[in-house]
Amino acid sequence: MGLLDRSARTIFWAELVSGMALTLKYFFKPKVTLNYPYEKGPLSPRFRGEHALRRYPNGEERCIACKLCEAICPAQAITIEAEPRDDGSRRTTRYDIDMVKCIYCGFCEEACPVDAIVEGPNFEFAAETREELLYDKDKLLANGDRWETELAARLEVDAPYR
Amino acid sequence: MPTLIIDGEEIEVEAGLTVLQACEFAGKEIPRFCYHERLSVAGNCRMCLVEVSPGPPKPAASCAMPVADGMEVKTDSDMVRKARQGVMEFLLINHPLDCPICDQGGECDLQDQAMAYGNDGSRFLENKRAVEDKDLGPLIKTIMTRCIHCTRCIRFATEVAGVPELGATGRGENMEVGTYVEKALSSELSGNMIDLCPVGALTSKPYAFTARSWELKKTESIDVLDAVGSNIRVDTRGPEVMRILPRNNDGVNEEWISDKARFACDGLRRQRLDKPYLRKDGKLQPVGWPEALSVVGQKLAGTSGDKIAAIAGDLADAEAMLTLKELMDSLVSPNIDCRQDGTQIGEGPRAAYLFNSTIDGIEDADALLIVGSNPRLEAPVLNARIRKRYLMGGFPVGLIGENADLTYKAEHLGAGPDTLQALIDGSIRFAEVMKGAERPMIIVGTGALARPDGPAILAQSRRLAETVDAVSGDWNGFNVLQRAASRIAGLDIGFRPGDGGRRTNRIIAGAASGDIEVVYLLGADEIDTSALGNAFVIYQGHHGDAGAHRADAILPGAAYTEKEATYVNVEGRAQQTKLAIFPPGEAKEDWAIIRALSESAGKKLPYDSLEQVRARLAEIHPVFADIGEVTPAAWEAFGIEGDIESAPFRNPVTDFYLTDVISRASETMAECTAAARGGNPEKTGTDG
Repeated sequence: MGLLDRSARTIFWAELVSGMALTLKYFFKPKVTLNYPYEKGPLSPRFRGEHALRRYPNGEERCIACKLCEAICPAQAITIEAEPRDDGSRRTTRYDIDMVKCIYCGFCEEACPVDAIVEGPNFEFAAETREELLYDKDKLLANGDRWETELAARLEVDAPYR
Repeated sequence: MPTLIIDGEEIEVEAGLTVLQACEFAGKEIPRFCYHERLSVAGNCRMCLVEVSPGPPKPAASCAMPVADGMEVKTDSDMVRKARQGVMEFLLINHPLDCPICDQGGECDLQDQAMAYGNDGSRFLENKRAVEDKDLGPLIKTIMTRCIHCTRCIRFATEVAGVPELGATGRGENMEVGTYVEKALSSELSGNMIDLCPVGALTSKPYAFTARSWELKKTESIDVLDAVGSNIRVDTRGPEVMRILPRNNDGVNEEWISDKARFACDGLRRQRLDKPYLRKDGKLQPVGWPEALSVVGQKLAGTSGDKIAAIAGDLADAEAMLTLKELMDSLVSPNIDCRQDGTQIGEGPRAAYLFNSTIDGIEDADALLIVGSNPRLEAPVLNARIRKRYLMGGFPVGLIGENADLTYKAEHLGAGPDTLQALIDGSIRFAEVMKGAERPMIIVGTGALARPDGPAILAQSRRLAETVDAVSGDWNGFNVLQRAASRIAGLDIGFRPGDGGRRTNRIIAGAASGDIEVVYLLGADEIDTSALGNAFVIYQGHHGDAGAHRADAILPGAAYTEKEATYVNVEGRAQQTKLAIFPPGEAKEDWAIIRALSESAGKKLPYDSLEQVRARLAEIHPVFADIGEVTPAAWEAFGIEGDIESAPFRNPVTDFYLTDVISRASETMAECTAAARGGNPEKTGTDG
């Protein structure tokens, strides 16, 4: 490049202009950032978020204490204790998930024969203390009640691929 | 010996075997549901099909086909695979898909074999059948829809347990297994049906839904709730014993255990002594180990030896009895006794208190006389062995004492010692039977020996054994049937009164009159604890039962699942328990407690480890060095001739389910007792 060329670029601010042009181009393109707490990105129906224990439409809890999720959990985050309920059916007396141990692999959901334990779309369950992340059966069932509409919809969308 | 070719390999097997056994011998696995080594052949599940030539061109059930010379067997041909797949499909037609809620899940033959030999999916679209569940009592839970009609339970009840209460009604799809009239099973071995059931139709009621097979830690151990020393496997999860299963040992229990051994384990969680206690102001108050040991130690050190006594209970282990005996020796106290039931045996040779024929040897006997015992209640597994011998035929059984249903035909000869004398004199017919037998057996129970005239009856029994030639060559037909797991070890160690020492009943009398000031109870609860007067009672044990109730100081020990301990069974076979869980709370191993106590009493015992105690045991008696083996005992004179009262023999066990501290603390055993007494609250309305 000759002396004339370089001088011309300097005099006419060529780099600056091309930079500003790029800026202007993106100014008119759609935005990729989200205003997070008020806006959220799309989630796959297979997204593995916070766990929930589901119920049947008649209100009966689905979990039958088969302990397959406990067995498959690679992080050993699930603890289950079971005994016969008064009506003779097999139910858990304790269903704990240590959300700090959990690695969100989704194996529990895959192992469950009755779609009781699921990983829902919620990923906003950060807490200020560890203890709040040790979930018990009540907490998991409450999660299930709160998220049921979305959980059912997601399972239905994903059903053909299971 | 026929030679046959199995999958191209030539193999020679014993004549009379079935093809299935030959295949097993050759190392080929044949799937099966109905076939079981210890039961008769039924041949109804059809899972063991193999291709046999020469023969019809169709698969044959290998469990029911005897081997023949020149037979060619294919266990893995296309035809066999297809046949198995078909059989499996038929079995699964009516089997519910409820593995996730089935207690058998994870240890289910059907599950495993469906994985190995079945189809990947079902073609059955119709409705599955459903069967009403049966009520078999408080031990066995039934889910009869799962039943695949292998009839193992029926054959077990009829053949081994000897209670023909189970059967099948209907045929084809309508076949149902059940008790014909609804009732609880009246067998002491019923729990074994749960193990035999290849699916989840019969499962354990107390264990229902509580754990999965894969989360259990398995520890091989020994049962101590009767004197047979059945080999068991203790399944634990965390700090709890979840269930107890039998382990195979052909010499002892084959693969059965009694319901008490299996189901009393929930008693290990209740009524436990988990910290030391001292009686202060008339009340037992928890204290720390140092205080308990120093108070008890000072009490022992400050009392003269002849005013101290020790009684070892039915569940005490050899290590604890040895250390306690040596502690008492160093305190110069001759008042020790391991026979809390009051029997006076163990003075003479070892043959005087052992089951000399051995349990395995029962099968070689050809006549049996039972004196003052009900083996069905005192040792159900041993009784099953007698029944096994009885079923082989040519086995007359005589019974002296209380008449009872022993699950085999027994001729009731009389009620008391007079009949025993009549047998010696040859004045009753059964004497001829015994004399005519080549290998007669005599079983003398504690019901005959626990009387005040016990030594005389022992001598009388020995005379009878010699009269009928029960001891000859390598056959010793004289047997004493002990009831307590600790007894033989205690007698081998010599845990019985020294020179001038007192026996159990004289210790109690001495305590009542004030001659004995300190009584040490090593798990002894079967004595009259209220009669101990003002004596200072030290109770070392694991359950808060009669002994702990009366105690002035409680030293919490470990139960048999919580310690490494040696027990000698009724035949004189030393066996060791293994630590499955740790003792609860502050409880400690028993020998260690006594060792610590010996230090605070100023008579320190030279043991710092279990190995040292065991080395000392082996020094005292060779049986403790030979774990798992039986050494025949030499035949010498024993018993003391004397006056015999003619009162009839009383059986010591009236309630099979409640005989010791563990079973008395067990809820399941209490339910069994209620069921056995006919305490079913649901009346039918036709029972008056």
